[in-house]
Amino acid sequence: MREKELVLDQYNAKVYKNRKEHILQIDENAEGQAIAANTRSIPGIMTNRGCCYAGCKGVVLGPLKDALVLTHGPIGCGFYSWGTRRNKAKTESGENYIQYCFSTDMQEPDIVFGGETKLRKAIEEAMEIFHPETILICSTCPVGLIGDDIHAIASETEKKYGITCVAFSCEGYKGVSQSGGHHIANNGVMRHIIGTGDTPIHKKYKVNLLGEYNIGGDGWETERILKRIGYEVIAVLTGDGSVEGLRNSHQADLNLVMCHRSINYIAEMMHTKYGIHWLKVNFIGIDATIQTLRDMAAYFDEPELTARTEEIIADELSVIAEARGYYHSKLQGKTAALYVGGSRSHHYQALLADFGISTVLAGYEFAHRDDYEGRDMLPFIKEDADSKNIESIMVEPDPEKFKAFLTKEKYEELRARIPLDSYKGLIHDMKTGSIVVDDLNHFETEEFLRLLKPDIFLSGIKDKYVLQKANVLSRQLHSYDYSGPYSGFNGAINFARDLTMGLYTPVWKFVIPPWKNHSTLQASLAEITGGEEATC
Amino acid sequence: MLNLTPKKITPRTALRVNPCKTCQPVGAIYCALGVHRCMPHSHGSQGCVSYHRTFLTRHFKEPAIASTSSFTEGASVFGGGSNLKTGVKNVFDIYDPDMIAVHTTCLSETIGDDVGSYILDIDLPDNKLVVHANTPSYVGSHVTGFYNMMCGFINYLSLNTKHPNDKIGIFPGFVNPADIREMKKLASIMKAPFIMFPDQSGVMDAPMTGNYEMYPKGGTTKEEIVSLGDCAKVLALGVFTSLEPANVLKRKCKVPYEALPLPIGLANTDQFIMELKKITQEEVPATLEEERGRLVDVMLDAHFYCYGKEVAVFGDPDTALGLTSFVLELGMIPKYVITGTPSDGFEKKAVELFHSYQVEGCMAKASADLFELHQLIKNEPVDLLLGTSYGKQIAKAENIPFVRAGFPVLDRYAHSYFPIVGYLGGLRLTELITCALMDQFDRECEDEDMDVVM
Repeated sequence: MREKELVLDQYNAKVYKNRKEHILQIDENAEGQAIAANTRSIPGIMTNRGCCYAGCKGVVLGPLKDALVLTHGPIGCGFYSWGTRRNKAKTESGENYIQYCFSTDMQEPDIVFGGETKLRKAIEEAMEIFHPETILICSTCPVGLIGDDIHAIASETEKKYGITCVAFSCEGYKGVSQSGGHHIANNGVMRHIIGTGDTPIHKKYKVNLLGEYNIGGDGWETERILKRIGYEVIAVLTGDGSVEGLRNSHQADLNLVMCHRSINYIAEMMHTKYGIHWLKVNFIGIDATIQTLRDMAAYFDEPELTARTEEIIADELSVIAEARGYYHSKLQGKTAALYVGGSRSHHYQALLADFGISTVLAGYEFAHRDDYEGRDMLPFIKEDADSKNIESIMVEPDPEKFKAFLTKEKYEELRARIPLDSYKGLIHDMKTGSIVVDDLNHFETEEFLRLLKPDIFLSGIKDKYVLQKANVLSRQLHSYDYSGPYSGFNGAINFARDLTMGLYTPVWKFVIPPWKNHSTLQASLAEITGGEEATC
Repeated sequence: MLNLTPKKITPRTALRVNPCKTCQPVGAIYCALGVHRCMPHSHGSQGCVSYHRTFLTRHFKEPAIASTSSFTEGASVFGGGSNLKTGVKNVFDIYDPDMIAVHTTCLSETIGDDVGSYILDIDLPDNKLVVHANTPSYVGSHVTGFYNMMCGFINYLSLNTKHPNDKIGIFPGFVNPADIREMKKLASIMKAPFIMFPDQSGVMDAPMTGNYEMYPKGGTTKEEIVSLGDCAKVLALGVFTSLEPANVLKRKCKVPYEALPLPIGLANTDQFIMELKKITQEEVPATLEEERGRLVDVMLDAHFYCYGKEVAVFGDPDTALGLTSFVLELGMIPKYVITGTPSDGFEKKAVELFHSYQVEGCMAKASADLFELHQLIKNEPVDLLLGTSYGKQIAKAENIPFVRAGFPVLDRYAHSYFPIVGYLGGLRLTELITCALMDQFDRECEDEDMDVVM
């Protein structure tokens, strides 16, 4: 437990007391290893966390391509969340809202006298110019403080224009991280959008892909594989997603959950309301993808689908076999640290392991304890003042749309074999001695870098160049450094290629100038002697 | 791309679409990063600083440090005093800067946190300082935040000790480190002892050494900011950015100033040099005259690829005006000159430039956005787009050659390592502009029109 203490010992007493609960050194033999999570960051600690708005607008709602997402607030928040998350999306018509940033750009008088008039006017102008079928209003900090009633304006808008308009009170100060925003977005989408469609879908093996934001095209690569096998992807939440898709998503036979943190609320609520089970999937990593595909086949349990699954797995594997071998030889034995949002730090360990890279540290920015310890511990999470501020909504089974896909016996039998309506968490897959850090901050990043000396640090833009300046390869796992996709079989090769480029770029060799390793005195003497000899 | 943008321009008073500005705090952080061993601190919820650090890092491809008061709902109700106190203590304990530069956010401004009095109540470690500036996000833009933070430093630190330091102060405006290096080079060539404030060179372009330094070598020192009060004069470069801090310093320390445009292009750089000459009474050295001559030479060489070409210029007020001046010198027509920053006098200054070159059919607009610019272009197209990375969508949609300049440039590397100010900056802009125009021609011309020699 040396590394953990070496880092913590440098803190003052108050910070020590707080942070010691958020750092865990894994001991596989210990029972029920616990970690503190989803609590406030300490002011001044240089956390990497974002805010509620970032989680709601930036992560969950932003990728919806057929919704006009209107930020109600001063300009900054809307501006920063404009086209920066790499949620790829395309439409047949070419009309795509995610290329745009819409804001009420509140000014001082709006703060003083209230922003409702401006919001109404902005909606009117948006209707006139863009004729959207859906407007999603997201509020930023001052809106909540001055008490603009965005929900009233949303229902007024629905009546006035006959469109869907949903308001999200996702002010940045709510909750302790982006996580509160995910929950607020989930609530709004569940209440107002999911299940409102009535286009019948007569296909077999209907699934929704939840918590897939199509960063770098991940969702498309996953969908490609699923379609090859014969699945019908009804809706993706929310990468390349659409309100139209969401409306009909209640007709799925199974929900696939990628990012557990940001979307588990919807997965659970759809389970209760429509009877749709959810499966914790991981399409990041070759073996992980194979396991997920087999889990899905087990759920549907039809020989034809199972055979087709194995056929596609074999085919996809044969395509990447040579590249896989090559990159394995380049990457084997390396070590990595991961610090990402709420699920990637777990998913990517599988992908790293595919190429022989071991994980020495992993942490989540905004996870809850269940993301670390697994959902079995959910009943033991104590609510605090911050989590109570985020509404938890309750749903009832829908009398018309609820359908049970599995018999009770089948469900129990499956649940013992596959992660159905369950998630074991990150700690479950980590090795003794490795470190888990919740809400890793700048100081701890530098310290663990020094102590653990990972070859690769997978993190975000804010610490990327800190790490690079310290001579360590850092790749962004939020944006994939503008590469991707990293999902599925081909994505795994892309990822390995990018790591290989990063580790083997010749530039690293030039960091230390030649004269730094060269004795000036000897050199000048040699030159002088050489010079004299030449003259003689 | 941008297929939802109609050609028909509908007046808007409430809906902002595809903004050409962002909020004050990011400017305040960039300003504070130009002070040596200073930690910028955002007094608000932690999402703000996360966005700002992200954004600055994306522009410079360098670490951008800043801490936050991490407001939650409780702090928003009861005030952020204890968050600031804890934050300051922890920043000094853990990150050991010499100074913390606090700026506010729309959150702390709306609840009315009195940061100045909070700071007075904090017990600071010896030789450590906390300064602050009010930077409400619902007023002005990132440019406003930049100069408000400058004013904050001056208000807290600058002193007139009645012992002149025989230096001039240079306020470089909201520019890249390479621009600051170029300004320093020009001042040195003109033998003018100076204090550059702020100075992000050596901070936001720190070299790769294999060791991460949280506080790199660059940045205006605390002593230099204090000493600004003893300067003989201040050159405030970029009136929309540097005038306010120059006024604050004048009021506080009686330091006179001269407000000049950003030295982008020939005339503006000439004006900067002439002003330095006036101060130092030194002759302009031959080396500098030759550097100028080389720029004029290249502009003449390439003039026939530029003359009469119509350009849309957009960005921060001073940068946009500087670029406008330069494209006019190249014989181009700045058809649209747009800034998102609300600024009185921007349009007037642009129109003065149009008049001085007798170009017609040009328009300038402050508080505009890129959606509007795109609509204007749809109605009457241009040959070149000159501005920040957010122009790339319009450039693609309308197939217009595009040159990146200003803030932010998020999608290219090394741009911040080359100046756009000074004669050298003029050379670079000439190359970028002519290459963009000529590349487009080469890519799209008929085979028989392809010239190996141009």
